[in-house]
Amino acid sequence: MNGVHDMGGMQNMGKVSLEKNEPVFHQPWEGRVYALNRAAAAGGKWNLDASRHEIELIPPAEYLRMSYYERWHARLVELLIKRQMVTRGEIQSGQRDPGSIKSTPVMKGGNLPVLAPANPERPTAQVAARFAVGQRVRARNINPAHHTRLPRYARGKQGVIVRHHGIFIFPDTNAHGEGENPQHVYSVRFAATELWGTNASSRDSIHLDLWDAYLELA
Amino acid sequence: MEETSRRTFLGTVGAAASSSASPGDEQVHEHQDVPSEPALRVKALESLLVEKGIVDPAALDAIVDYFEHKVGPRDGARIVARAWVDPEFKQLLLTDAPTAIARLGYSSVRGEHLRVVENTSKVHNLVVCTLCSCYPWALLGLPPVWYKSNAYRSRAVIDPRGVLKELGCAIPENVEVHVWDSTAELRYLVVPERPAGTEGLSEEELAAMVSRDAMIGVAKVGGPIQEGPK
Repeated sequence: MNGVHDMGGMQNMGKVSLEKNEPVFHQPWEGRVYALNRAAAAGGKWNLDASRHEIELIPPAEYLRMSYYERWHARLVELLIKRQMVTRGEIQSGQRDPGSIKSTPVMKGGNLPVLAPANPERPTAQVAARFAVGQRVRARNINPAHHTRLPRYARGKQGVIVRHHGIFIFPDTNAHGEGENPQHVYSVRFAATELWGTNASSRDSIHLDLWDAYLELA
Repeated sequence: MEETSRRTFLGTVGAAASSSASPGDEQVHEHQDVPSEPALRVKALESLLVEKGIVDPAALDAIVDYFEHKVGPRDGARIVARAWVDPEFKQLLLTDAPTAIARLGYSSVRGEHLRVVENTSKVHNLVVCTLCSCYPWALLGLPPVWYKSNAYRSRAVIDPRGVLKELGCAIPENVEVHVWDSTAELRYLVVPERPAGTEGLSEEELAAMVSRDAMIGVAKVGGPIQEGPK
């Protein structure tokens, strides 16, 4: 989806300002909303890719106005409603509908598992790699309306495969409940001048990790 | 900074925190309601999800505690310091990071999909996630606000030298800048250059010099350091 989240290469977004002695969470609610996302996701009603996509679905003006954890709150509410775990009425009233089913939390405080990265498990299916290290490739010029991890700034551009990472779940289908579609992922090096033109430094490069389906031979 | 304690935060929540969305209008997107009173809305949401048995408040406490106290840049710094003093370890770290950090006792889940890149006199590495906020949090903790900011995400790939200069980490023209956009499940950690004159320091003393920002690639060790959570 050509959403505002795909912001690599955009300009006029302001200066990058570092904060000294930055706390992990600036407000208690930020920690709570982070934890709510993690604990609710443990129920398995959505996967990481669906979760990322839900943030991308926030309307662009809202997305830009919201803080990071406001986006996390908005994403969680929408996922809970879409998966019929809560109703919009319950969100609005703050009260559980009488008669609604009471669940049992999957993640319990007393036996919290090691908090692994939220990354999906590696698929076990064996599929052939379409490319090899050293090959020149082009990122396909695709503009899907669904979730994708191929940023606009690389589409149609040529690069070189510099590392083969192995097989991973394909987010474009997994985000939409259309299967894991496992395929190989590669580190592709793009010259900065290929992406941004001759004003970029000829010494610089940008590396993206890209799935088989995003690439074609150059 | 809100002074509300975690216990207070978990306290009883009434309808006062209810949403102001137009009832019955399916076109009204809940997103529009979020920013006005996020603390109240999150409190109401937590209360609802606890009541519905979807989350356990003790698990929420444990998750917050984990990220505030149990994981952070010191883990990454320990790995960097070992790489500085042990060339064989560094070689393994650069080729097979999960195996390398398992030697320091980090479980395979924490090393999952980790990729380590090294700054040298010829190459400077910079890590970003232009699409969201992917970050090696299992070894650095949660990312700082600037890393998740629109400004950094948009500019790091098109103007890395400008961003670095602005942050006090100007890179000489004859040094290559390698930007790593975390578009898949790989997570990137930078081994910064070891400063000159540190030959006599212990591994622990070296680790204490390594900032979070240096491991993202926006600071040098021994240069301007922004202190993050330890």
